[in-house]
Amino acid sequence: MTRAIAARQYVSDVAVLARKDARLELRSRDTVPAMLLFVVVALVVFHFAVPADLSEETERIVSFGLLWVALLFTAILGLTRAFVAEREQRLIDALVLAPCDRSAIWLAKTIAVVAFLLLAELIALPAFALFFEPVDAPTIAAILLANIGIAAVGTVLSAVSAASRTRELLLPLLLLPLAIPIIVGGIGASVTDEPAQFLAFLALYDAVFAIISWSTFEYVVTE
Amino acid sequence: MSLRNNLGPTFALVAFTFLIAAFALAFYWVPTDADQGFSQRIFYVHVPLALTAYACFAWGAWKALRLLWTNDNKYDLESYTAVHMGVIFGILVLVTGAIWARISWGVWWSWGERQLVLFLILFLFYCAYFMLRNSVDIGPRQARMSAVYALFGVVLIPISFLAIRLSENFIHPVVFTRDGPQMAASMFFVFCLSTVGTIALATALYHVELSGKRLDLKLKQRRKAYS
Repeated sequence: MTRAIAARQYVSDVAVLARKDARLELRSRDTVPAMLLFVVVALVVFHFAVPADLSEETERIVSFGLLWVALLFTAILGLTRAFVAEREQRLIDALVLAPCDRSAIWLAKTIAVVAFLLLAELIALPAFALFFEPVDAPTIAAILLANIGIAAVGTVLSAVSAASRTRELLLPLLLLPLAIPIIVGGIGASVTDEPAQFLAFLALYDAVFAIISWSTFEYVVTE
Repeated sequence: MSLRNNLGPTFALVAFTFLIAAFALAFYWVPTDADQGFSQRIFYVHVPLALTAYACFAWGAWKALRLLWTNDNKYDLESYTAVHMGVIFGILVLVTGAIWARISWGVWWSWGERQLVLFLILFLFYCAYFMLRNSVDIGPRQARMSAVYALFGVVLIPISFLAIRLSENFIHPVVFTRDGPQMAASMFFVFCLSTVGTIALATALYHVELSGKRLDLKLKQRRKAYS
């Protein structure tokens, strides 16, 4: 019985914290518009990086590769802002002192980051379909899975870089090596004939890194 | 002096003996590989180095886990030193791998060699580990953040290996493999000798670096106390 109450408390903590992030974003409108603009600009820049006379198959692989790189960089752009409010207003100290499980902070922030990413992708995918290639179901499934992985790992690393002297400079360096498997899984699901194994790989990545991020976040934010 | 203080020299002696024996046997006793000829002998250096680097990363992650578990800051230096050793041996893996690739295939780098690609990813990952350490103020929080990142690293190793294997489905098929014929017994024996020697070398260096770092820390603390 007490366990059920604790679980309900945990869920409501997460909901409150996630709502706080959504409300902050609605009021300031800092992050999501920047992500939307960035992903479209990145796709346009990438168009000029690809030669025009590729074979159909190569062009498909290259365009989906560019889509995944653009999405990853957009996610990094959003993640660099993830803990700015907490840091500048010293909110993180209050959150750590609050009588809730600290992993709830991580879960709420991850949910918020996934939501921002979904908004960015709502613009990015139609733009990609317009400029490059039509988007199929495996790609969308892979993007949904990749969002979770990037947000889970990225939230921990964003908290780390927010506490460092170099701030936003550190996050891409920390995150990119960890994001290589996501890129592999995503591009594989987009361009190969058997996307199932790549989707399974992305799900494995999500599960493994969500567990380790969930359990280690506490050590990153406490003084 | 207790045995504990003598660990460094002891391991150094073991490493020296085993490595000399392994190299002597590798050059004069083991039969030349039928496929690759003389150059295959770099195998007795390259693969033990790779195994040692993995062992160092795993040791660093284990110490990181201990640190988070017990909240005892003494594990921080141990984890840091192990990762540092892992990166040094990782660089040697990349260098010997590049030499082997040059001799076997005529190129310094081949994306078709899974282990080398994995070591490149790990090298980049652990370089970021040092960036992280350097940009956070020294203290328990730096120790905990580094420990968390070291734990991410040891999870990344199998995941990346899987990712590299999967990526061959759409990037390019494997053209070269080193999985040649079965290893002869003599080859395996020398390989084991060399592996033990290399791991002993890493352990000796680990102890030397660790005692240096501990001394440095103690000196800093004393200096702070007197000033």
